Amino acid sequence: MTGRHVVVVGAGPAGLAAADAALAAGAEVTLIDSAERPGGQYHRMLPEAYEATDPAVLQHGYRSFDRRSRRVLGHPRCSWWAESSVWALERRDAEADGPPLVHVLRGTPRRRHVLEPDALVLAVGAHDRVLPFPGWDLPGVYTAGAAQALAKGERLVVGDRVVVAGTGPFLLPVATSLLDAGSRVLAVLEAGRPGSVARGWLRRPWELTSQLGKSGELLSYSAALGRHRVSYRMGTAVVEARGDGRVEEIVSARVRADWSVVPGTERVIAVDALCVGHGFTPQLELPVAAGCELRRGPVGSTAGSAAGSPADPFVAVDDDQRTSRPGVYAAGEITGVAGAPAARAEGGVAGWIAAGGDPGSRALVTLRRNRDQGRAFAARLALAHPVGRAWPGWLRPDTVICRCEETTYAAVCRSAGDPTSTEPRVAKLATRAGLGPCQARVCGPTVAELRRSTDTGPGPHHRPVAEPIRLGELARPPEPPPGPATPSTHPDSPTEESTS
Amino acid sequence: MSPRLVPVGSDPAGRRDLPLTITVDGEPLTGVAGQSLAGVLLAAGRPAWRRAPSGAPRGVFCGIGVCFDCLVTVNDERDVRACRRRARDGDAVTTQSRAPGDEQDGRPAR
Repeated sequence: MTGRHVVVVGAGPAGLAAADAALAAGAEVTLIDSAERPGGQYHRMLPEAYEATDPAVLQHGYRSFDRRSRRVLGHPRCSWWAESSVWALERRDAEADGPPLVHVLRGTPRRRHVLEPDALVLAVGAHDRVLPFPGWDLPGVYTAGAAQALAKGERLVVGDRVVVAGTGPFLLPVATSLLDAGSRVLAVLEAGRPGSVARGWLRRPWELTSQLGKSGELLSYSAALGRHRVSYRMGTAVVEARGDGRVEEIVSARVRADWSVVPGTERVIAVDALCVGHGFTPQLELPVAAGCELRRGPVGSTAGSAAGSPADPFVAVDDDQRTSRPGVYAAGEITGVAGAPAARAEGGVAGWIAAGGDPGSRALVTLRRNRDQGRAFAARLALAHPVGRAWPGWLRPDTVICRCEETTYAAVCRSAGDPTSTEPRVAKLATRAGLGPCQARVCGPTVAELRRSTDTGPGPHHRPVAEPIRLGELARPPEPPPGPATPSTHPDSPTEESTS
Repeated sequence: MSPRLVPVGSDPAGRRDLPLTITVDGEPLTGVAGQSLAGVLLAAGRPAWRRAPSGAPRGVFCGIGVCFDCLVTVNDERDVRACRRRARDGDAVTTQSRAPGDEQDGRPAR
């Protein structure tokens, strides 16, 4: 028994694994997630009210996920806080060595609580990055993740004639989910050219053998696309969406390796929905609030490619998933976009170490190896699917860059060229980009890139208030959390889940 | 065509549909228990329900609570993300607008 209280934020593959390992190490765990049910975006579960008799048909690895989530949520030392958001992390001045205080809004109506953990594991994940193009703000244009979440999480399909576009292997499961739900997927458009995709995937193929589960998953998606005769076009991008009040047609075009449009290759396709994803943005506001150091994307990521845009920053972690802040650990997509198996392994290491488990434990050797293999896979993925540097060629002066404030491309360019507004803060006030309700979660990386100011600083991720909180909620004093569970006296070892 | 629920009879996940009714700006819409408010609106053929500062229509974009495009007022509670809130029978949903001059100021919480 370690007697430590570990707070885990996020109940996706990484967070659930962290909670599982921390419980196995004897800690008391509070697992926090904004959703009603665990699983995150990867294991998005159907609502309980659906009483689904066979939810396993909708996702890979459901059964082992289900076993793990039952084990964690049913554990006497685990407090499961569903529908709860961490809205702020507060660094403790007096105890510089401890993790920050965790400010939580819990349930509906929301109640305010403050947790003082011995260790904090951040496993908050990532969301889709979408590069702007004319018409991307029309209703009926969705992120690829939205289409996936609605199909897997509610059994709702976004349209009957759908195009899936962007870059990366995630487009394949999204298209497959739409097909399974009865949509007609007219095409999957991968902006990467066959050469760069193949170079990324085929270099040092032995590194991929450990990720056969992932490769098998990709093959099953490819087979589904084949069965439905969906055309998969590489070197093709959506450069415009059009419609009156909602998307009615899109314009696709061939693009070169740097994603500049090949003139004369434009094609109009009638659709009722468009799903777009150009990779993922890690959700860094909590790590930044905790004071964690950031680093550039994995080696071989977009920064390493001549054609690529600057890489996104991620949380820097050591071999034990420790961040630069004492008592704060990070796992999953915020340390690098590496998929569910790597996230599970990272979570396992983070939870075990955070709980004070033996760092020499044999189970950790396997977890660390799985994590390293996952990271190699991630680097490969980023290398195969870089964002081409010439994508702003799709934009027009009046194209919306910030959806909330409707800041245009022309306004961003004007501000970037204005010597009095070189400071990002000044530029934000001058253009209003990032000042709307989403607080630059969607436009932040794009604006940073258009201004060529991406570095490893917190950039657009510095948001002291991580979730909107009402003044009334803030004014009320926090309530004491429900009583802690009694720690047991039987330490175990961290467990590794298979993917099937 | 519009977004729609997979027909319950052909859903391999084997779900059940318990109907519920919400109102949107006073108009009744039927959904099923477990759907998000965004899901009810989409399945009812409404891909847009909010207005941006220019008056441009907005609906669901990110689907996971990041973009805030789908904000609505629910039973007098402002700025609720429709993609994250489960519909409850009898919910009174009011749409929002950030366009100047619209009846609701629609200024979202920061």
